[in-house]
Amino acid sequence: MAQDHARAISGVEITSIAVRPGIDVQINGEHYRHTGDPQMPLLWYLRDVLQLDGTKYSGENGVGGADLVLVDGKSTSAIGVPMSKLVGKPIITVEGLADSKGNLHPLQQAFIDEDAIGCGYCTPGWLIASMDLLNRRKDPSDSDIDTLPNLCRCGCQTRVRSAIKRAAAAMKQGSKA
Amino acid sequence: MSGDVRLSRRRFLQVLASATGALIVGVGIADAADAPVPMDMLGDALYPLGMYVRINPDGDVVIGARDPDTGTGVATSLPRIIADELDVEWQRVRVVQLGLGVGNNNGSPQWLYGQQVGGTGNSIPRAWINLRSAGALARWLLMQAAAQQLGIQANRLRTEKGVVIAPDGRRLRYGELASAASKITPPQNPPPLKSPDRFTLIGQGVGDVDAHGIVTGQTPYSLDQHFGDAVVAVLSHCPWPDGELQQLDKSATLAIKGVIDVIELKPEPKVPPGQTVIAPAVAVIAETTWQALQGRSALKLTWKPGASGKEDTAALEQEATSLLNSDSAPTTRVRDDGDVDKAGKKAARRLDATYYQPWLAHAVNEPMNCLVRLDKTSATLYVPTQAPQQAWSVVQRLTGLAPDQIDIRLSRVGGGYGRRLDHDYVAEAVLLAKAVSKPLRLFWTRDEDLTHDYYRSGFVHKLSAVVDAKRHISAWNQRVASASAQNGRGVHSEQLWTSEVDANQLPAGFVPNYRSDWFSLTSALPRGPHRGMPHTANAFAVDCFIDEIAHAIKEDPLDTRLRMIGDPRLVPLTGGGAIDTARLANVLKLVADRISWKDWLHSVNGLGLACWYMDGAYVAHAVEVSMQGEKLTIERVVCAVDVGRVINPTGLEGQIAGATLDALSTAMNLAITVKDGKVQQSSWKDYPLASMAQLPKTVEVITVPGDGDPAGASFLAMPTAVPALANAVFRVSAVRVRRLPLMKELMRLL
Repeated sequence: MAQDHARAISGVEITSIAVRPGIDVQINGEHYRHTGDPQMPLLWYLRDVLQLDGTKYSGENGVGGADLVLVDGKSTSAIGVPMSKLVGKPIITVEGLADSKGNLHPLQQAFIDEDAIGCGYCTPGWLIASMDLLNRRKDPSDSDIDTLPNLCRCGCQTRVRSAIKRAAAAMKQGSKA
Repeated sequence: MSGDVRLSRRRFLQVLASATGALIVGVGIADAADAPVPMDMLGDALYPLGMYVRINPDGDVVIGARDPDTGTGVATSLPRIIADELDVEWQRVRVVQLGLGVGNNNGSPQWLYGQQVGGTGNSIPRAWINLRSAGALARWLLMQAAAQQLGIQANRLRTEKGVVIAPDGRRLRYGELASAASKITPPQNPPPLKSPDRFTLIGQGVGDVDAHGIVTGQTPYSLDQHFGDAVVAVLSHCPWPDGELQQLDKSATLAIKGVIDVIELKPEPKVPPGQTVIAPAVAVIAETTWQALQGRSALKLTWKPGASGKEDTAALEQEATSLLNSDSAPTTRVRDDGDVDKAGKKAARRLDATYYQPWLAHAVNEPMNCLVRLDKTSATLYVPTQAPQQAWSVVQRLTGLAPDQIDIRLSRVGGGYGRRLDHDYVAEAVLLAKAVSKPLRLFWTRDEDLTHDYYRSGFVHKLSAVVDAKRHISAWNQRVASASAQNGRGVHSEQLWTSEVDANQLPAGFVPNYRSDWFSLTSALPRGPHRGMPHTANAFAVDCFIDEIAHAIKEDPLDTRLRMIGDPRLVPLTGGGAIDTARLANVLKLVADRISWKDWLHSVNGLGLACWYMDGAYVAHAVEVSMQGEKLTIERVVCAVDVGRVINPTGLEGQIAGATLDALSTAMNLAITVKDGKVQQSSWKDYPLASMAQLPKTVEVITVPGDGDPAGASFLAMPTAVPALANAVFRVSAVRVRRLPLMKELMRLL
C-alpha cells in the first residue's frame, strides 16, 4: 500500500524509499510510512514531517487539548502518543473532518455558524474533542459537554457549547433524511 | 496613472492603475508620496498590496487587512468598513493579511500603511475615517467612469452591490469600470462619506473571514509556516532574568541524532530603552522539533541566580501592604479632587478595605515562536506579533539591514493579550539564525512560555470611603501599589503610574472629594502590557468596594450605584472628553433588568452587579451564582455594552462573551507565584485556565445601538465580570472575597 502511494505521488518509482523499513500509518485515509525515530510523538510527525499543521502544540503533557486527534475514533493527545503505537490505526486530524470533496462536517459548519472561534488556535482541538463526544452521544447533555478537556483563553467555550448542540441537531436531521 | 487626495495634513488617498486593468485605492502616509510605486502592486502580486482596496476587472474585490488579527476580528471588521463605503457585496470580497509595510527613507523606516498594531483595543477607532474614505474614493471614481460611458452626470447615478445604476435602469458592473476608473483624476477634496442610514454591511453581523480555514485546519499561524531548510531551536532559559550560566555539559545532547549545536544566549549588554532584554538561555538546535526537544531534556546545566534570586511574590505583597498602611508619600498622586482629609473629619461613616490581586501570566495558546531566514541583503520572518513595527526594529538593530530589506510577514496570531508587544523571542531567533548561518524556527515550549513571561504585577488596593449623613459617598481615598509594567522601558518615573491606574476610573468625577495615590513597587520580575490593564486590576477593587458600601448603608447596590452616577449629564475627563452618565446608567439598568434584579434580596441564588467606563465605551455585568456546599456554579452572566456604532455585531458579541469568560477564568483560578526568584507555574496544570464545566453555559450580551464613532471592544468586558461575580458570591455565601484567585480564597474563608 505504502509503495503504491509513493509511486502515485511522485510519478516515478523510488525503490530505495519504498523498501525502507518503517511504521505504516493511516492518516485522513492516506497511507504513510514513517522511517524515523519510532518514539517520535505523532504531533511532530504531523507537523514537521507531513506539514499537516492543523493539529497544534499545546503543552508537553498533553493538557490543553490543542493537539487532539482521533485515533480509532477516540480523542487522543498527539504529543502523548509515539508513532510506534500507531501501527495500522486510523488517525483523523482536523484536516480530515470534511469529506473528500471538501464538504464540511456538520460540526465544522456549526462552529462557523455559532462563531465559536476566538483566535482559532485551539479550535481544531475543540472540533476533535467534540467529534469524539458526538460519536459517543447523539444528543449530548450539558454535563456531557462539560467533560471536554480543552482550554481556551479567548473564551470560546459558550459558543462551542452552542455549536455542539447545533451540530447534534443537524446530524439528527441529516440521518432522518 | 497615479494621483492623490489630501485627507488631512498627514494622510492621503492614493489611486493606482494596475497593468491588468484593476483599480487600486489605498491609504498611505504623506511622505510615501515620493516613493516609487512597487512593481508588484501594479501587477498581479497580492502580497505588497498595501492597505488597499483593489477592484479587479472580473468584479472581485481584494482588501488588505493591515493590523495583525490575534482573535479580535479586525481582519474581518476593518475590510468591512471599506466594503460598505464602496457598496460591494461581501461575498465578492477577499481579505488578504498584509505584512509589515516598510520602505526605506534614507535609512529610516517609512511606514507604508501607517501604524500596524493589533489587540490593543483601538484598531477600529484608529481606522474608522481613513478606511471609509478609501472606500468612498474608489466608489466615486467608478461613478465618474460610469458617467463618461453612459453620457450622464455622475450625480444622477447610484450604486448598489458592486453595480453602478443609471436612472433609466442601465447597469455597469464595477469590474467593467475598474480600468477606466483608474485613469480618472481624483477630486481635490475627499468625496463625501455615506450617511449612516445607508450602511449595508456596517451593523450587520458576519463571521470571521478565516472561519472556514480555521475549522479545516488550513489557516496558518506563524508556527505553521515553513522554510524547507529551516532548523529548529528550543530553549532552556535561566530561571532568573539576571542570572548566569554556571555549568553546561552538552555531550549527551550533541550525541542525539539530528542535534546540530548547543548555543548559549547571553543578554545583550546594551539595549535601547523600550526594547526587550532577552533572558540568559541555552538553545538546542536540531533538524526537527522532536530531536531538539530530546536534546533539551539531555542538557546538564546549572544556573547561578542574580539579585532576583531573592524575589518572592508573598514578601512583595507584604511590603506593599506595609507601604500602603504607612504615612509614606505616594510615588504619584494621580488625582486629588476636593479635600479628602477634610471630608474624612466630618464623616458620618467611614469604611476601609484592602484588596489583593496576584501576579498573572499571559498564557497565550500559540507559544512564542519565530521563523527567520537571514542573508547579507535580506531578512524574512514569520512573527506572531501584535506590533510588527516593534519586531522590525529588533531585527534591524541585530542585523543592520536597510529598512526595506526586512520582510516581516504576518499570519493569524494564536492569542496576544499584550504578550506579543514584547519581542524577546524575535531577538533570540535572529541571534540564533546568525550563529548557525541557517534559516531557523525558534519554538518555546509551554514551560518556557509560562516561566519567562512579561507578567502582570500583583496589586494591593487600600480603599477608604466616607458616607455622609444623606448616605452619599462624599469622599473616596484609593491607595494602590504595584510594580509598573513600564519600569525599565525608558518611561519617565513620573509616568510609571499610567499603566497601573486610570486617572478617570470610576468613581473619579462622581465623588466630590476623590484621591488616587499610586505607590511603585520594585521587582526584578519582567512585566509588560496585559489585556485590559489598568482597568481589570482596578475595577475589581472599586466595584466590590461600592458593593461593600451599599451593604454597610443597607441599600440595594443597584440604587447605590445609580445614585452615585446621578442625573444624565457629561462628567468631564482629565485629558479631554467626558463620561455620559446616561449611557453608564443605561448599561447598568439593562443588565439589572435582564437578570431580574428586583428579586436580588430574596433570591436563593446570589446576584451581583458592576459597571465601568473605559476609552469611550460603557460596560456592565450582572452575574447570578448558586452554591451547594462548597460547589460554586455560575448560573447566569449578562453583559451590556455601549461602544457607539457597532461595525460587526457578531464579532462584538464574540469579543464580549470571550473577554467575560477570560476574566472569569483568570479570576477564579490563576496566580503566578515566585519563590527564590523562580516562577512556580510551568504547565497548564499549575496555571489552570477554567474548564468548560467551571464556566457559565452562556453569556447573554446586550448591545446598545449607537451612532457615535465606534470605540474599541476587544477587552471592554474584562473589568466588570469579576467584581460582579465576587458581589454575587457575597450575596449567596456572605463571604466577601477581597483576594484573587477567587476560588482559593473562597474555600479558605468558607
